[in-house]
Amino acid sequence: MNLNATMIGQSIFFGVFLWFCWKFIWPMLMSALSERETRIADGLAAGEKGRRDLELADKRVGEMLREAKGKAAEILSQAERRAGEISDEAKAQARVEAERILSGAQTEIEQEMNRARDALRGQVAALAVSGASQLLEREVDAGAHAELLDQLATRL
Amino acid sequence: MASGGQSSSEYIKHHLQNLTLGQHPDGHWGFAHSAAEAKAMGFWAINVDTLLWSFTLGALFLWWFYRIAKKASTGVPGGGQNFVEMLVEFIDTNVRGSFTAKNDMVAPMALTLFVWILLINMMDLVPVDWLPGLAAIVGEHVFGADPHHVFFKVVPSTDPNATFGLSLTIFAFVLYYSIKMKGAGGFAAELTMQPFQANNPIVRVLFIPVNLFLEGVSLLAKPVSLSLRLFGNLYAGEMIFILIALMFSAGWGLFVFGGVLQWAWAVFHVLIVLLQAFIFMTLSVVYLDMAHHEH
Repeated sequence: MNLNATMIGQSIFFGVFLWFCWKFIWPMLMSALSERETRIADGLAAGEKGRRDLELADKRVGEMLREAKGKAAEILSQAERRAGEISDEAKAQARVEAERILSGAQTEIEQEMNRARDALRGQVAALAVSGASQLLEREVDAGAHAELLDQLATRL
Repeated sequence: MASGGQSSSEYIKHHLQNLTLGQHPDGHWGFAHSAAEAKAMGFWAINVDTLLWSFTLGALFLWWFYRIAKKASTGVPGGGQNFVEMLVEFIDTNVRGSFTAKNDMVAPMALTLFVWILLINMMDLVPVDWLPGLAAIVGEHVFGADPHHVFFKVVPSTDPNATFGLSLTIFAFVLYYSIKMKGAGGFAAELTMQPFQANNPIVRVLFIPVNLFLEGVSLLAKPVSLSLRLFGNLYAGEMIFILIALMFSAGWGLFVFGGVLQWAWAVFHVLIVLLQAFIFMTLSVVYLDMAHHEH
């Protein structure tokens, strides 16, 4: 157990091992560690961001829902109003149509009446002429008395 | 277990002798066959077992960590990577706590010291006769050596050469960084101008030898205490394992008792193994921190 050159050998080993550890092992391990650290930090940040995004999305969804409800109500009321308008219009049209039909019928009735009256007038004139001729027992010149007969007919 | 014909003291001495390679006094190179022969070789001899194990364990550490570091993924780490990263973060936190200057060599140095010394110390937990026994068999049958002369200490930290090798390297770092950070003048002032200070220039000059003595002792005590603390703890632990192992050849009752004792001591020794590696690392970092700062 005496001191000898083993000491020098041990020092050289130490130096070599230290150099190797210093130049190769330590930096590699440290870079791996710090890289993982950043990755974990990034992951946590991403998680936090995702949570915030979800919250925002939830809020947006709520807003959209409320907006949609409002719109639906508006559309409904618009539709109701439109329906009322349409029915009013239909009523007015129906009334106009009815009046038109009524007036058409009246004119037709009047025309029919006039036509009947004219026919009647002719027949009355002929009847009056034949009555008068029978009364006078002679041929009455229809031509000479046409004016008279027409006057008679208009008075009917 | 004391192999055939060995007395207890021979057994213990055999276990405490390194396998020393050097030049015999008669001029030829070879392994020392006894403690006396190893001593006669003087300084220029090497303990082959110490260097073999310290290199093997250091290389194991580097290979293991390098393999993990090379394929270290930034995703979810697996078991081995987890363990290595845990160790690295533990060391990094420790170094950040006790080293305040800026030097990116210190943290890897702490990692190297901690894991390497830990692995070295853990060799103490291998039953004391296994590897030396294997070495004796290999020595006898492969190299044709006398098995009684095949010494094999498997725990490099029970060899003061290994611990001094480490602590003197750290001492060299301390001197280097002291001079680099404070300048030669600053470092000299640190050694001579405190702890006794005076405003009178003559008194100040008179204080220089006193200060130099005090500071010199405290400076030199660092590497000495660093290495002797590690060596002493592990040597004592090793010694107790050897003494317990003596019981294995003294009848069945003592064999069982020795087995229980060895287990109990090994459990306790795990604490020492870890603690000493940690203390060595922390003190090295602290000494380097002191070297970086003015006092």
